[in-house]
Amino acid sequence: MKTVIAMENVTKIYRIGDQEIQALRGVNLAIEEGDFVAIMGPSGSGKSTMMNVIGCLDKPTSGEFYLDGHPVSEADDDELAIIRNRKIGFVFQNFNLLPRTSAVENVELPLLYAGVPAKERRERAIQALESVGLGDRLANKPNELSGGQQQRVSIARALVNHPVLLLADEPTGALDTKTSMEIMHIFQQLNEAGKTIILVTHEPDIAEYAKRIVRFRDGQVVSNELVTARRWATLQEAEVMA
Amino acid sequence: MNFWESVRVSLRSIQTNKLRSFLTMLGIIIGVSAVIAMVAIGEGASANVASQINGLGSNLLIVSPGQARQGQISLGAGSLNTLTLADAEAIAQNESVAGVAPSINGRAQLVWRNKNYSTSLEGTSESYLQVRNTDVQQGRFFNHLEVKERANVAVVGTEVVSNLFGDAGANPVGQTIQINKIPFEIIGVLQSKGSSGMTNNDDKVIIPVTTAMDRITGGKNVGTIYVSAVSAEQMALAQADVQATLRARHHLKPKDSDDFQIRSQTDILSTAQSVTSVMTALLSGIAAISLVVGGIGIMNIMLVSVTERTREIGIRKAIGATRWDIQRQFLIESVTLSLLGGIAGILVGIGGVLLIGKLAGLPTSISLPPMLYAFLSSMLVGVIFGVYPARKASQLKPIDALRYE
Ligand SMILES: Nc1ncnc2c1ncn2[C@@H]1O[C@H](COP(=O)(O)OP(=O)(O)OP(=O)(O)O)[C@@H](O)[C@H]1O
Ligand SMILES: [Mg+2]
Repeated sequence: MKTVIAMENVTKIYRIGDQEIQALRGVNLAIEEGDFVAIMGPSGSGKSTMMNVIGCLDKPTSGEFYLDGHPVSEADDDELAIIRNRKIGFVFQNFNLLPRTSAVENVELPLLYAGVPAKERRERAIQALESVGLGDRLANKPNELSGGQQQRVSIARALVNHPVLLLADEPTGALDTKTSMEIMHIFQQLNEAGKTIILVTHEPDIAEYAKRIVRFRDGQVVSNELVTARRWATLQEAEVMA
Repeated sequence: MNFWESVRVSLRSIQTNKLRSFLTMLGIIIGVSAVIAMVAIGEGASANVASQINGLGSNLLIVSPGQARQGQISLGAGSLNTLTLADAEAIAQNESVAGVAPSINGRAQLVWRNKNYSTSLEGTSESYLQVRNTDVQQGRFFNHLEVKERANVAVVGTEVVSNLFGDAGANPVGQTIQINKIPFEIIGVLQSKGSSGMTNNDDKVIIPVTTAMDRITGGKNVGTIYVSAVSAEQMALAQADVQATLRARHHLKPKDSDDFQIRSQTDILSTAQSVTSVMTALLSGIAAISLVVGGIGIMNIMLVSVTERTREIGIRKAIGATRWDIQRQFLIESVTLSLLGGIAGILVGIGGVLLIGKLAGLPTSISLPPMLYAFLSSMLVGVIFGVYPARKASQLKPIDALRYE
């Protein structure tokens, strides 16, 4: 198995004035290709900070972080942009779609910066939207979509450039149970197809859809265990819950 | 991201803020259109002046009496009466001189039957047509014999024809009119030259200079002597010959200064052009200032836009936009704003020029170079004043930009 993520003693310190906040205090973690990891922990324990470091949106203060075998600490801003574009798909709690921009154009965006020609871009974006069940909402703007649909657009956007890693920071945080289950169904399908997924959640039952649960406290990993009774999200179950 | 994608994105963001974008462009629009209009009017005026000067004649030298001086104070050109008909005849003897037309001016009261008309009168010689580069459109001009015999013949302008005979197309040749109560036979009509500025070139009557001196104006001196050189190359030689002839005839000693003045068309033209170039410099100054003001407006709105769209910048960066991608997007946006302003300014300017030309009857000349300059400099303004906001946008950290509320 290939190791997609390897973290060695990663720390992250925020400075506000002369106050120092240690968001990460020496994280050691390895995640294999094809894994599906749920990160849990109390609020303020450093989960989002950790996701931002993994997603190359932020740089660690110290420690070494290898993504897909490459040391990230040496990369400059533009190299990080290219890594984010080619290797990582990010799904945010608040969707982060471009307003006044149609679903298909939102999904095209990563391909735009990857330099994919217009025609292929459109085809791949439509394909990605179809794969999350939004083939009939291509032209809708974000404010013309429900929360669950917006989250599915952002998943399509995260997937469209075939990243090695899918990151989701509380993707179901703003959604109801039924919609959450639909989203988890999509994640499980993607993982079954081989995609490595890391997901942050506060809800224990959402975490049980993953293969492994990593627990955080005070900026450190306190446990890293396989899920014993794994749950499967099906669309029928989602219907029943609704 | 390729260039056209960036253009599309910027056009869209301009479109979503139509009023704001328009107000931003207004500075550039006003500046550019004002400059376009003023240049067109300025060029129209100077082209008009140039054509008037060229219309005076071909290879023309204008000899006028010198300036009388009291101590250091000049009393102005023409304040001496030093030129005579004999001077004109002597000048004509030079090889370099093709023709000489002395000129004496006055007012004349014309009467035909019961019609009465006041116009300007010029006395000249038979060389007038050649020297002043014109022709008669009806009848003929007077000849050497008629000048010598002080004949009572007159050539009139079309304005005179229409005022005395009812319409400009009437044929007055052969009619007898009274000029200051003396009967003259009309033998020709001068070619119409139209009006230039304040003066109507067709509103005059021309008679032999000898007749004019004898019967109308009196006196022994002529006002101006128009001399045409045989060719453009011989202008300098002709000027020297005229000077030598007149100095000899006026018995001037080597240390005396000329008691006459010789100007060529090129002298007059270059004076007029130096006036125009001062005006052009002034206009360029105004243009530069208005473009800078417009540019500051663009920079201001771009900075606002960067702040407003911090989140958008964060999203774009999070999914892989490089610094240059972001910088280019905002640069293209500011250039698009300034270029649209520039183009609108050019259109408004042309419209204004056409309107002014129509309403005020001013001569205007719309030419390409000022528009090209306006286009290029508004583009430049977009780049210069867009760089800082664009850099600012591109340097945002993705994580901070995403968190921005
Ligand atoms: N930009 C920042 N500047 C300063 N401190 C920050 C910043 N971002 C996070 N922190 C601090 O770092 C610590 C970890 O924050 P983080 O967002 O990673 O927590 P979390 O585990 O995601 O919490 P939650 O479950 O509430 O989302 C917190 O104490 C937080 O206040
Ligand atoms: Mg968080």
